[in-house]
This record gives sequence, structure tokens and C-alpha cells, in this order.
Amino acid sequence: MTRQMLMENVYFTYIPSEKFKTSLLSAQLAVPLRRETAAQNALLVNVLSRGTARCPDMASLNRELDMLYGAHLGPAVRKRGENQVVGFTATCIDDRFLPPGEQLLEKLTGLLGDMLCDPAAEGGRLVEAYVDSERANLADLIRSDVNDKRSYANRRLVEAMCAGEPFGVSRMGSLEDVECITRDGLDSHYHTLLAQGRLELFYCGSAPEGRVLEALSAAFARLPRQGGLEPGPTVCRPAPEAVRVVDEEMDVTQGKLCVGYRTMSSDEYATMLMETMFGGFSSSKLFLNVREKLSLCYYASSAYQRQKGLLTVSSGIAFENYSRALEAIEAQLEAIRQGEWEEWELQGARSSLLSGLRSIEDSAWALEDFVISKAVAGSSETISELMEGIEAVTGERIQEAAKAVRPDTVYFLKGKEGRA
Amino acid sequence: MTAIEYPRLGEKVFRRRLDNGLEVAVVSKPHYAKSYAMFAVRYGGMDLRFQLDGIWRDTPAGIAHYLEHKMFDTEEGNALQELAKNGAVDNAFTSNSVTAYYVQCTEKFYENLRILLRFVSVPYFTQESVEKEQGIIAQEIRMVEDDPDWQVYRNLMTCLYAGSPVRVPVAGTVESIRRITPQTLYDCHKAFYTPANMTLVCVGDLDPERVAAEAEAILPRQSGPDVLRDYGQEEGREPAEREARMGMEVSMPLFLAGYKCSPQAGGEPLLRQSIIGDMACDVLFGESSPLYTRLYQEGVINSSLGGNFDMLPGASYLYVGGETKEPRRVFEEITAQAKRLGEGGISEEFYQQVRRASYGGMIRSLNSFENIAISLVDGRFRGYDAYRFPEVFETVTKADVEAFLREEVTAGHAAISLVEPLG
Repeated sequence: MTRQMLMENVYFTYIPSEKFKTSLLSAQLAVPLRRETAAQNALLVNVLSRGTARCPDMASLNRELDMLYGAHLGPAVRKRGENQVVGFTATCIDDRFLPPGEQLLEKLTGLLGDMLCDPAAEGGRLVEAYVDSERANLADLIRSDVNDKRSYANRRLVEAMCAGEPFGVSRMGSLEDVECITRDGLDSHYHTLLAQGRLELFYCGSAPEGRVLEALSAAFARLPRQGGLEPGPTVCRPAPEAVRVVDEEMDVTQGKLCVGYRTMSSDEYATMLMETMFGGFSSSKLFLNVREKLSLCYYASSAYQRQKGLLTVSSGIAFENYSRALEAIEAQLEAIRQGEWEEWELQGARSSLLSGLRSIEDSAWALEDFVISKAVAGSSETISELMEGIEAVTGERIQEAAKAVRPDTVYFLKGKEGRA
Repeated sequence: MTAIEYPRLGEKVFRRRLDNGLEVAVVSKPHYAKSYAMFAVRYGGMDLRFQLDGIWRDTPAGIAHYLEHKMFDTEEGNALQELAKNGAVDNAFTSNSVTAYYVQCTEKFYENLRILLRFVSVPYFTQESVEKEQGIIAQEIRMVEDDPDWQVYRNLMTCLYAGSPVRVPVAGTVESIRRITPQTLYDCHKAFYTPANMTLVCVGDLDPERVAAEAEAILPRQSGPDVLRDYGQEEGREPAEREARMGMEVSMPLFLAGYKCSPQAGGEPLLRQSIIGDMACDVLFGESSPLYTRLYQEGVINSSLGGNFDMLPGASYLYVGGETKEPRRVFEEITAQAKRLGEGGISEEFYQQVRRASYGGMIRSLNSFENIAISLVDGRFRGYDAYRFPEVFETVTKADVEAFLREEVTAGHAAISLVEPLG
């Protein structure tokens, strides 16, 4: 793997690999996550993906991609810590599966560059019809979040817990912000972002570095650069004195109980392992006790937002089990604080974390996400450093990390009254 | 093990049929850190009525899925825990016609494989553990009942089919699973979990001989008799109902339209038919199709529109759906477009374009160990070699796809299921 600066605030990461059937290319703009711009950034990449100057509509663009043997080129919107990452990922099948002499990389890179730097335009500005239609689609997408109650509940927890912090802003922005974006406002935002945003380029595949560099240099030669907008730091905050409790009613048959904690330990490796043992792998304490032993829920698992210092628990329960489930969740965390676990639980959690890290190199997508996330966080930590860090964590360090975990918010999605 | 090279795919597969009837396939993946094993049974939610020891039995809806959950219990405790100790990721799923257990890991592969082979082949149920599982599965059933995608599919199946067990939800209902006892689970295990009715697919940087040797050492020496199954009378192509509607907490209406197609027997013709069905989906409503492009630009559909062609024992259907404010209009437009393309023909240029994209998509899917395992399992249970798709793909013509659209995707064989916002 190599990483180099191509232009001011433009970096390129290259990972050679022969084992995949496809090549993966990615161009991502990374900027601080802010309520004022989150919706604009999310909408922008969707509008840009509607067409380029050369392929100005869906039919011509999709035709071009089909002719590149079903290449994919699409928008991506991510939240990494308190930064927002928006851009495009592109994949095409490897040259070895093509008729002799055919090459796709140069054409696909060209298309990627066009999508970012040379969009379909009318009168030198973004196409109004595309802005209108993608604004409606994005608004629908945000509204449709309610369809999946599990992810809806998780999102509502984070919103409540981090209200007033950048992390409380959803990766797509809010419905209200999406709805008031105008074509001219978005067009001017586009030019600012393109000229100032940090651009991360990524390639993983079988082509030699020189060939990829040449293709990228040609494709991004037009990129304006007036420097300046770097990804920002992610700020960790302590939990409030009193735990916040948020209830919501909906016409559902299963309740969703989510609990948010702040992890106040600076020992991140220990916190990672602690969280895995608590609720982050298939034989975690939450799974074995709250689901299997007590049959209190269908699922119960946790997640750790390392950069932001958040530990969240997500579970699906029968409404009447609210108090018992909440107690049982707390009891698992307390058990870890007291050092109550069997040797195999720690061994399993550690192997599971290490196995997950080792598997990153088996997927170009996982590699891309790892590289981009690290770049955005300004961290140079490698997969092997992470693995070494995890290997060295002791039981005492896990207990200490668990003791530094403080409850912040409890969110409960329950049924409407009169419906059991 | 016999090595078979697939130069067009850059793949190599080792295969052998063991003396007990189990087919083993090892897909060689040098330079990967992870390894993957899938142990699958030709037994799913549809297999409710079958003959065991000369007697026809009717089993409760949801039993295959229930059995899947209970197989993880072992006399010593729980196989999940044993695998978890090794950092393995494991899970299982039950579909209409297949139950599959799988393990993915980056170390101790053969130890994990032995655990997998053992817990799937040795049943251990107690009254207490079977009763306890009812709470867990009842929660799972309630959870999917809140899932609009699940409801819209479920209701479509009951529209399309009058009697086929494809109408029955794979997990059963909270009521039906109450009738499950340890004895019914033992009976179903005995009938279906027999080597000749199963297959083992491993993917990774592995020693194929060792995989076969582990399976031989652990699994029974002989298979039980082939079990007769009853899926009811073969149905005509007329749907049982034309429309189903349901209100839910959703932000926008959701629809799923289905076209009841002619059922297919097995073998390579089935692989060919599935390629034709997939191509028909691409030309009809794929992202580059004229219809998709037009409806998207008019703001009638969003990128959620999609569908597929499914083939199950005695039941084949093409489905398409998504979120839209005008579900009936989209349904009508798709049906009309199928007729137009089927009768008037697909443009040669567009067909070649879709053909290229479709080929690329098939190659792309080989990046996923899970996709590889599932497609080899399907091929084994339906009697074809899934890795022969480039050869079969070449025999498919534009006329085949047109005929499919003309004969299979018609208004007379269609039904629509709707989920609409409450209030």
C-alpha cells in the first residue's frame, strides 16, 4: 500500500491486489459534519450522479456503464466521527475477464473524474430538474428511515444523545434542511466544496500504480484547488449527571430498546475488547444472557464509535419486558466491571475482533473504508498495529475501561396504547 | 477430489461425492485470509408434507426454521459458543427450499469445520429447550411482521398461489410453532438431514482432501432413504387473488407485483431459464432500461425499484416492486412494456448492452464467498453446475428473452401487493 499527495489537499492511496474479480476506484471529499452543510453535501453527490457533460442523462450514463461490462459508479455518503465523507465509488471487472485488448480502467476513471469535475449543466449551473428530483428522492429516503424500526431506533438514540453536537447530525442531513436547498444555493456550494474540500482517491486492483496514476492525473487535471477545508477533530463529551430517557410511540408489534453510553477511557484497545465481549460478537454477554438465558429479546447487540467515544446497545423486545431488559443490559456491563467473565468469553471476543481485522484485506470495499476512515481521522494506524494493540490488552485494562463507561440516554420505541 | 478448472472465471473447484452420498465441493481461493464453509440441507419452509417410514406426515408451518435454531444445541452445550471461542462468525438461514449453516473464520478452520459437521448432523433436543425457543422465535416472527418488505412479499405469495406451500411464511406463525415438539424435530431431522440430501461447500485457501476426510470421519456412513415430498397439486398460472392491501407505519406506499410463471424441472435448462428470467428483468425494468429511466425522470419511482426471477419447487415467479406514490400505474406500465417488448421485440443494440452488463455482474458476484457457496448449493440441489454460467449464458438469445416476456410476464398471470401508510 502506498499513499501520496497528488495536488494540494488531494491524496491517493494505492493497494495492488490480484485476488479480486473487480477493481475498485473511489473519490471522496471529506469535510467537517455540520448541520448547515450535511444535507447539501448528501444531495450534491446524488445530483452529480445523474449525468456528466459527456453523458448528460441517465440513459446515456447507464449505457456507458453497461458497455464497460456492467461497471458500477455511484454516490456514497458516510459519517466518520464528526466528519462527513461524500463522493463516488466505481468498480469494473478485471481486464483478465475481457476479450483480449479491452481495457476498462482508463474509461471508468475518466467517467469518475467527469462526474465530480464536469457534471451535466445548463447555463453553466447544475441542472434544475436533477436538483428537484434528487431533493425529492433524498427527502423520501430520510422519511423512509422509519420503515426499518431497528435502524430508526438507533438513529433516534444518537440524535437524542448528541443533540447540539455535530455527531447528532445524521449523515444525510435533516428533512427540513434538504427541503430548503435551492438549485443556485447547491451550485454555489458545489464550487466551494470542489475547490476547497479534502479529496481522497483510492484504488485497489491488479493494475500497476503507474497506470492508475496516469489515469487519475488525466481525469482530475481540471480539479480546481483553492485549498483549505480539512476534515476536523471529533470531540468526546462526558455523560450528563442524570440519564436522559426518551420514549416514542408507534404502531409496531415489537419494542426497540436502545441505550447509549459514553466511554470515558483513553484506553481505546481495551474499550474495543470490552465492548466486543459485552455485545459485539456472536457469544457476547448480551446475546448469551439477555437473549439466550433470559429470553428477553430477539436480538441484543452493541456497537462502539471509537472516535466519538460512544457505546450503544440495540435490542428488540416485547413491550412488557422494558424494565427487565434494561436491568439485564446494565447487569452485563456491571459484570465486566467486576471482572466476571469466563476465560473463553475473553478469548472469543479477542479472536473475533482479530479475525474481523484480518478479513479486511479480503475485501476491496473493506480496505477502502478502512483507508478513508483513517485518513479522515488523521490517523496513520495500520491494521497490524491495531491487531498488536488488541493482543496486548489484559483483563484489568478491560475492567478499567468498563468502569469508565457511563450511561447517557435510554430510548424506547413502544406500541400505541391498547395494542399489546 | 477431482479438480475442475474454469479458466473463463479464473476459478478452480475440487469435487467429490462421498460413499455416503454427500457431495463435497472446495473452491480454491489462494491468498485469502478467511475461509468459509456452508453445510446445506435440501429442506426448507415449503417441505411441510412428506413421507417417513411409509407414513405421510403433515408438520407445523415453520418447522424447518425452528429446527435450524435448535440444531445449535449440543449435549455439551451450544455450538455457537464453541465456534465463538475461535473467533468464527457463524450463522444459518432457512429459505423456502434450503436450510444452510455456515462458518467464516481466519484461523482453526478444520476445527471449526468439525464443529459445524457435528452439530448439524447430531440432533439434541429436550422438552425444556424446545419450549424456551418458542419465546425467541415468537419475537423473531413479530419483528418480521413489522417489516413492510416482508409483509408485501408474504401478501403477494398468497395472491399468486392458491395452495402451494410457498404461501406459508418460512418462520411459521406464533400459533403454528406452538405445535412443535422434540419428537417432530427428531422426525424431520431423520427424514431430511441425511448426507445424500445435503451438500458441503468450502471456499478458501484450503486442502480439499482434508475437507473430504473430515466429512467422512464425522458424518454417518450411509444415507437414509430419499424422502417423498408433497407440494400439493400443480397450480394453473391464474393467480388466486389479483390484489392485496395492507396498512402499516410506512412513509410512502410500497408495492410488489408478481407474475406467475411456468414451473421448471431441474438440470441445466433450469440454469438457462434463470439467466433468461434475469435478463428479462434487466431489459424490462433494469436501471438502464427505457422504462426505468423514464419513470425515474418523471419522479414516479426512485432507486428502490427492482425485482428478480425466482424458481422454487413447483413455483416460479418474476417479481418487481419498490416505493412509489403511484404503485398501480407503475405496475400497469411494467406489464404493458413487457407486452410491447415481447411482441414488438427488443432493440438489438439495447440487448447487446444489457448482455454485457449482465455478464460483468455475474463475474462480479464471484467476489463474495457467500454468493459462491449459495450458487453452488443451489446448483447441487437442482442438478446443474453453477460455474458453467458463461457457457450457458452464451446460448441465450434475444428471441429467448422476448419469448419469456411474451409468455410469462403477462397481465393474465399477474397480481399486486400493496403496503400503504396508515391514516
